Amino acid sequence: KHIVTLNTKNLQTTVKKGCGECQTSVGNQE
Amino acid sequence: MSLIHRYESNGYHIVLDINSGSVHVVDEVTYDVLPLLEAQIEEEKQQAKAPRQGDAPVHNDEPIYEALSGRYSREEVASSLEECRTLIEQGMLFTEDIYQDAIEAYEGARQTVVKALCLHIAHDCNLACRYCFAEEGEYHGRRALMSFEVGKKALDFLVKNSGARKNLEVDFFGGEPLLNWQVVKDLVAYGRSLEEPYNKKFRFTLTTNGVLLNDEVMEFCNREMGNVVLSIDGRKEVHDRMRPFRKGAGSYDLVVPKYIEFARQRNQERYYVRGTFTHHNLDFSKDVLHLADLGFKQISVEPVVAAESEDYAIRREDIPKILEEYDLLAKEMIKREKEGRGFNFFHFMIDLTGGPCVYKRLSGCGSGTEYLAVTPWGDFYPCHQFVGEESFCMGNVDEGILRTDIKESFGHCNVYTKEACRDCFARFYCSGGCAANAWHFSGDINGNYGIGCELQRKRVECAIMIKAALAEGSEG
Repeated sequence: KHIVTLNTKNLQTTVKKGCGECQTSVGNQE
Repeated sequence: MSLIHRYESNGYHIVLDINSGSVHVVDEVTYDVLPLLEAQIEEEKQQAKAPRQGDAPVHNDEPIYEALSGRYSREEVASSLEECRTLIEQGMLFTEDIYQDAIEAYEGARQTVVKALCLHIAHDCNLACRYCFAEEGEYHGRRALMSFEVGKKALDFLVKNSGARKNLEVDFFGGEPLLNWQVVKDLVAYGRSLEEPYNKKFRFTLTTNGVLLNDEVMEFCNREMGNVVLSIDGRKEVHDRMRPFRKGAGSYDLVVPKYIEFARQRNQERYYVRGTFTHHNLDFSKDVLHLADLGFKQISVEPVVAAESEDYAIRREDIPKILEEYDLLAKEMIKREKEGRGFNFFHFMIDLTGGPCVYKRLSGCGSGTEYLAVTPWGDFYPCHQFVGEESFCMGNVDEGILRTDIKESFGHCNVYTKEACRDCFARFYCSGGCAANAWHFSGDINGNYGIGCELQRKRVECAIMIKAALAEGSEG
């Protein structure tokens, strides 16, 4: 009733899953 | 230090859970409950409780009811608290920062490869833009064009130092790259010849002031360039004031028709019209909208970064006006999007559902490690903004990287090594900002550029608000 969540996100899940394949650039960076 | 960032924008009460990245739009009672709830959590943590009844914690909510009793009913506050605690259990509210140890271990262990080069194909220019950090393209040095031989060695270096990575990026930059157009074309052909034997794929990009843009250049770019950046500041009087030819005439009338055609040929994709706003056009939202009204769909208009002694530099007293302009622009973008004539604004682009992992977010752009700039004579610098600062020269295309100490200092630069970033709510979207700006303003790549930080925080707030407004519009 009180809260609308825009995204169900938790960055903590990315601590385990750093592959280094990302491009050079961040906030909107496959 | 709060674990959330609360702000009001355009009638929305928005809460960013900083360390998870979750974003919530809340009602007024929840907006007021949250700081009291956070204080309660902090107090319980310090006293190593909450008291428990069976498995469930029992919280003393009376102080919260008391604090809000004049404004909200007990039932409203209770149901808001219940929703907040559900989100806490789901890991989307008051999430802790667990990243500092992880990023330090990551940076200690990782082996970086070179992913991208910025080729300064021409240290020369046919314009005399007043704010150019390259000083008419010369970068505090001499006029020079990169030879094919130097460019070829740079591409060989990139292939050799990119490890197993397949996708490589090469940006043709200047000065004005079209002053050395044949070498650009020859280097693209050389890069393509390396792709199959080395299992690489080049993405070439080009920045131009548009003066020498013609049908042949457009046709080649449409075939070979993954992105083109077309420099234009906005309204004619704004553009011509800052981007004149050397003899003083403006360049707006010459470049605009060509840009419009170029964007049309590229199907309004894979390009940016890119401008700079200064102290002289603090009403820059009008310049953004002018570009949108010309039909451009991919737009970036960015604040000038200049020494305070320059008449066009952004000053601290300009900040309130700039923040106001970002608000105006955000509201207009929402309106246009809902009317079916939206456009992209680079600094309002944010991915709330995807985006990169926390390591990328904390370690920043890659300058000095994954990204290097190459001068016309083949010297390496951490990025294009450091070119000409001799103490940052890292090596050259013949001998490779000689100053591994510079590479290491950039490699260990992250949000937690920057005092000003540790408590900033925008740290996962800005990644500690620009090392060159930090160095120019604080003398330390681990410093910060305060004005830039304030503007960045506002842009993140606007970008999230736009997402909230458009999400609301798409409901039902």
